Amino acid sequence: MKFISEFRDPHIVEAYLAELYKTVTRNWTVMEVCGGQTHGLVKNGILNLLPKEITMVHGPGCPVCVTPLHLIDKAVWLAEQQGVILCSFGDMLRVPGSQRSLLEAKAGGADVRILYSPLEAVNIARENPGREVVFFAVGFETTAPANALSVVQARQTGVRNYSILTSHVLVPPAIEAVLNDGEARIQGFLAAGHVCTIMGTAEYYPLVEKYKTPIVVTGFEPVDLLQGILMVVRQLEKGEYRLENQYSRVVKPEGNPQARKVIESVFEVADREWRGIGTIPGSGYELKPEFATWDANKKFNVPLEKAAENPDCIAGLVLKGIKKPYECPQFGKKCTPQMPLGAPMVSSEGACAAYYHFSQTG
Amino acid sequence: MNLSCPLPQLDFDVITLGHGSGGLLTNKLLQAGVFDLLRNELLDEHHDGAVFSLDGRVAFSTDSYVVSPVFFPGGNIGELAVNGTVNDLAMCGGMPKYLSLAFILEEGLTMQEFWDILVSVKIAAERSGVRIVTGDTKVVERGKGDKVFINTSGVAPLHPKASISRRRIKPGDKIIVSGEIATHGIAIMSVREGLEFETAIRSDTVNLNHTVARLLDRFGEQIHLLTDPTRGGVASALNEIARDASLGMEIWQKNVPVHEEVAGACELLGLDPLYVANEGVFMAFVEPDVAEEALAVLRNDENGHNATLLGEVVAEHPRQVILHSTIGGKRVVNMLVGEQLPRIC
Repeated sequence: MKFISEFRDPHIVEAYLAELYKTVTRNWTVMEVCGGQTHGLVKNGILNLLPKEITMVHGPGCPVCVTPLHLIDKAVWLAEQQGVILCSFGDMLRVPGSQRSLLEAKAGGADVRILYSPLEAVNIARENPGREVVFFAVGFETTAPANALSVVQARQTGVRNYSILTSHVLVPPAIEAVLNDGEARIQGFLAAGHVCTIMGTAEYYPLVEKYKTPIVVTGFEPVDLLQGILMVVRQLEKGEYRLENQYSRVVKPEGNPQARKVIESVFEVADREWRGIGTIPGSGYELKPEFATWDANKKFNVPLEKAAENPDCIAGLVLKGIKKPYECPQFGKKCTPQMPLGAPMVSSEGACAAYYHFSQTG
Repeated sequence: MNLSCPLPQLDFDVITLGHGSGGLLTNKLLQAGVFDLLRNELLDEHHDGAVFSLDGRVAFSTDSYVVSPVFFPGGNIGELAVNGTVNDLAMCGGMPKYLSLAFILEEGLTMQEFWDILVSVKIAAERSGVRIVTGDTKVVERGKGDKVFINTSGVAPLHPKASISRRRIKPGDKIIVSGEIATHGIAIMSVREGLEFETAIRSDTVNLNHTVARLLDRFGEQIHLLTDPTRGGVASALNEIARDASLGMEIWQKNVPVHEEVAGACELLGLDPLYVANEGVFMAFVEPDVAEEALAVLRNDENGHNATLLGEVVAEHPRQVILHSTIGGKRVVNMLVGEQLPRIC
């Protein structure tokens, strides 16, 4: 496959590994922020190829994992109301709510549909004028433009039976939360390539300066990941800290101005609760007040108490990189992808699921 | 569809509940269409069941087909229902002979669609050399089905040289895959509601019994196990076998054959081809010293041009399938949990 196979070339991988082994002299802890990167590292068996001095720690970059429990409960409640069609990206369906998951609600008769694009949900709303169509708008900066566009489209074409249940989270505040956490001790970051494709790289300079920590915007293929790690380690070894862009074939410094414009027209930055981590100031998007008609949080009065998290799940520690999934006493025992206790065991981007599915032997 | 089999003259344009009543309408439907189209001396008896003799050991298998949509790029549920059971029998080392064919039709299905499916059944049966000898038609109310469900069962005398069993695989056995994987699953997904994407990917559904017979003619007992990795894909099939045999398996990612367009679709949809359903593909566990020869035989077969040596059975890490990644890493390949759900980003 053009533009992919080059980044999976075993000879290039070997060359980068050799360079890493030559470069590293001390122990370093590096966080890959995005769940897609965790997935790439374990899927390709990269972790057991790295020099032992380098510890990779997975970050909070899995939108499914950080969506708060009460929002899942809300989505389930909405799905179970008469006349509601609840649309969602696929991997939200298995995430356990306090009572049940969307998948279980679907099996119980709720109209839950898996979509690839929120624009499809607007079409469903148009075709079902007598019903309320709610899109579970989950994700980082990457899914925000399409979710925003769906609201713009609904408004332009007068579709009023469409709304989004927003749970949008932002990467830079999450990195800052990890840096402020005394326990985490991360020395360098691989920033999420796809997020920067939308938002550009400007947001990361202040973080690099304030925390004197190298950040390298990195892609997802084996060569991307190894090159990103090498770029971080080179800086660390020299005692430097800079923002660098490994993923320059996709990420422009200014990001995607059109996508950002759509986001800015529809969303405003707000405080946001992260599952397992808590509330991080200015770390999410809410719909602006003028879009209240399409805001499921405002449109529906959901009579739900905030449920408590499963006390056996250490998702918060895993998401902040303090614990590895296999250090959890429930990992692979009480908690498996079939019977997940927490969200990171569900999504293919989730650190626990990644380690469970692709765990190394011996 | 097939000009030599035009839709017969019927009083209705669509299937109604009456067509499943067992009365006049059922008879009309069968007489005007089904019996004529699938004609053979056993079916011509029009009796409650078929009567025939078989010698020696016989393979017997059944499968239900609920694919949605029923018409998909490269085929429809009719040929799938024939090929699927034919292939299950072939995987047992059988030479499929007779099939039963049972329809559950949803009220409102057009006669044209029903006829197109039947014609596909006929063509697939001819291709694989099986006869439909008994059957059934039921109709359920609109909304209680998904256009058409089909069940087929089949019997197949065993190939005289066949000795196929999970118990026969042993460390050192080579695992051959007969062709490009994930094609059928992606073809179906490309036309699922809400997911339509433009692609030239067509289902590879095909009968594999002749291909398997050629392998058995040549290698007989040196073929230890045959399996077609349908639902759950190659990864789930290998895991099941590893678990049952208490043996380990190692596969090489660079030898996993995936058509470029299918691989591209998998990347876009966030799916792992190892877990995507197959139809026209099987895996053979063979004695190591005939592996190369078996591969050569397969590659000369119309259903095996893209066959590869996927991996081997090992004594280490029992019940675990390990993949050697293209870049030199290793990872465990687990059984599929639930359905593969598309990712957010």
